[in-house]
Amino acid sequence: MLEVQQISGGYSSESVLKDISFHVAKGELFGILGPNGSGKTTLLKMISGLLPFKEGSIFIKDKKLSQYSQKELAKIVAVLPQHSEHAFSYTVKETVSLGRYAHQSGFLQMWTETDEKIVQEVMKQTGVDVLQNKNLGQLSGGERQRVNLAQALAQEPEILLLDEPTNHLDLSYQKELLDILKTWTRDGMLTVISIFHDLNLAGLYCDRLLLLEKGMINIQNKTNEVLKEDRIQDVYQTDIKKFAHPRVPAPQITLLPKWEKEEVEAVNITADMLQHRKHHIVLRSPIPLKTMSSGVVGSGLGWNQTFVNRHVDKGYSCSNHREEMMNYLREKGFDPLETVGMMTAVVLDDVSYKWMEHGGLSIFVVVTAGVGNAVDATHSESHSSEFIPGTINTWIFINAKITEEAFIQGMVTATEAKVRALEDQKVIDSVTGTYATGTSTDSILIAATQRGEQHDFAGTITALGKLISKAVYWCTRESIQKSQKRK
Amino acid sequence: MRKQFTLKYLAKNKILAYTLATIFTILSLLLGISIGTVSVPIVDIVQIIGAEIFHYSIDHIDPMYQSIVLNIRLPRVILAGLVGAALAIAGAAFQGLLRNPLADPYTLGVSSGASVGAVVTIFFGISLPYIGAFTLPFLSVVFAFITIFLVLTFARKIDRSMRVETIILTGVIFSSFLGAFISLMISLTGNELKQIIGWLLGSVSMRGWDYIKIILPFFVLGSVLLMANGRELNAMSFGEDRAQYLGVDVKKRKLVILTAGSILTGAAVAVSGTIGFVGLVIPHLTRSLWGPDHTHLLPLSMLTGSGFLILTDLIARTIISPTELPIGVITALIGAPAFAVILIKRRVQKGG
Repeated sequence: MLEVQQISGGYSSESVLKDISFHVAKGELFGILGPNGSGKTTLLKMISGLLPFKEGSIFIKDKKLSQYSQKELAKIVAVLPQHSEHAFSYTVKETVSLGRYAHQSGFLQMWTETDEKIVQEVMKQTGVDVLQNKNLGQLSGGERQRVNLAQALAQEPEILLLDEPTNHLDLSYQKELLDILKTWTRDGMLTVISIFHDLNLAGLYCDRLLLLEKGMINIQNKTNEVLKEDRIQDVYQTDIKKFAHPRVPAPQITLLPKWEKEEVEAVNITADMLQHRKHHIVLRSPIPLKTMSSGVVGSGLGWNQTFVNRHVDKGYSCSNHREEMMNYLREKGFDPLETVGMMTAVVLDDVSYKWMEHGGLSIFVVVTAGVGNAVDATHSESHSSEFIPGTINTWIFINAKITEEAFIQGMVTATEAKVRALEDQKVIDSVTGTYATGTSTDSILIAATQRGEQHDFAGTITALGKLISKAVYWCTRESIQKSQKRK
Repeated sequence: MRKQFTLKYLAKNKILAYTLATIFTILSLLLGISIGTVSVPIVDIVQIIGAEIFHYSIDHIDPMYQSIVLNIRLPRVILAGLVGAALAIAGAAFQGLLRNPLADPYTLGVSSGASVGAVVTIFFGISLPYIGAFTLPFLSVVFAFITIFLVLTFARKIDRSMRVETIILTGVIFSSFLGAFISLMISLTGNELKQIIGWLLGSVSMRGWDYIKIILPFFVLGSVLLMANGRELNAMSFGEDRAQYLGVDVKKRKLVILTAGSILTGAAVAVSGTIGFVGLVIPHLTRSLWGPDHTHLLPLSMLTGSGFLILTDLIARTIISPTELPIGVITALIGAPAFAVILIKRRVQKGG
């Protein structure tokens, strides 16, 4: 569809763009990225025929750009500019109708039925048909941008060029516009080449990206390859962090604020912060902790400050236990948005906790264990699966900065230690008669202060892993012993 | 609310727009011929003109009336009408091209440029071969074009985005400079003084049919060129880049429009001196009544402009009769406050 071959040139004698080559296939949504002054707009202006280039060539549908007349080009390529002037109050329909300019011929340039049909059609597609008799001045920024889009579409283009189309648009309009473009490109009706300021929008919607740096191509590739942490960090000269979009397979990037790096006092989570109430055990941290957990509330990855382990009756049953737990937390004065909440049927007096330190690294582990539902994981198909309040709840607080890998390794290490503790206490799966590896509803929480020394790993023989396995083994065993003694 | 509804209804009904504008022009024309030191009844005017066109003789009308209508008033109102039409359509085109409701031949300095051309012609007594009597309008057009070209180049040098205020300011600077140039020639002049001053004051009186013959070819050429570019002007009022994206050959069309605008202004100035503000007020009024679509704005401005200048000329020669006021005085008296109102409205719109 579009072939750019080694073009160089720019506004002044000094070249803004150097040796740019790329191609865009039919039906692609192709994004152009780059910091301010990297030549994005210049490149787009060259493709749209507005700006001449010194070297190289551009082919549109296998024909040289310079061989197109302005009118011929406008029938294939339409441009949605970043912002538009409107000196006079044209109506929406008059504005959109201008898009038909290139298709009208002859001295009289008669308005045909086809013209009218297409104008009505694109106004409907962009949702501005209800505004068609309004003046441009009466419209909001979002509406005006949709009118501009309708005008560009009235050209019946095969290629649509956009310069930061979502600039000045509200969140909902940004999404709306890009959703429309995505649908059209996917249907093969349109090829879209767009400059993006917002890397995340580009990551969400584009098929491929071109990253410009100081007038040269840094890379052109699939979004995931272009939006690499160190590359973006390098080109944009700022601290960023890449993460996965929670719902769709698209790379996302977030800024790291300067205060993230500021020296902060290390915080030590200790037994002093643990409170034992009648119906729950709570630990209140002075700062939000990064957590990974399988609690009823606040599960998954997040930042939380309060940790609640609530006792419920063995017969607890509720159709929406999550909602019920949230209400419980609110009632007790905890904010469910920054709380990890777990449930247990175990008597809370059986709680066991331990603070351990080695070589400057310290952790605090809290375990409540009962073995009523003990299960051998290797024979678990013998058990029914319904929600029963958790029986072995393990909390691990780490007074250090750890990576996401360390979170996962920490969980594996903790689980291995728990399995050994159960075995050593001779806990048997009552259904299969084999050693139990846990109970059917165990929950785990790993929370890290993310201050102080950095620990990348938490496997069993790392410094952190050694502490975790030791503390978890010790606490689980003690808690089971207490619970066994009660019987 | 009601007013807005009415305006919208009017904007849609283009036939009504043309009908009203035509009636206005014809009415002005008849009034212009009828009123004066000697009043001529409108019925007689119609008969006299009809007889002249269809070559039949009328005996019952006073021959003095015939002479007044055909030799004095008719050429005068036609000239006023042509000048008004030329300035209004040129103003509408300049405003569309520069996306600027404050642009007109006068504020852009084009009128001053044309004046310099005319004064130079008189001062040096220039008569170009082949075109003879057309030397003065020809040089006016040439100077008008050079001026608009210089003003725009200069404005672009100062401010790439060519903001409204920059262009107007540049136009004013050029006007002052060219005005000084004219004054210089006046003070150096001997015999031609009276001729130059008389011409400069701006008037359509005692010009006769010859002047109509001078302006007519320029007027036809300029208006046809502009009206053929109505849709291009629409596109360019969204910005030159945008127009090019839409398929307009901007460089070529811009040159055509600027040339046509200069032809119209130059010719108008050549026959009537500098008459300000017609090109500003009339397109603005027309636009707010019938909408900004140039395919209709240009012809409607033309009709309204001609009627307006005929009426202005009528006021100029009757208000303190028997003394005649220069027509430019009346247009400035109406135009300058209108200019101020437009400026304030723009500020309010921008602020709100």
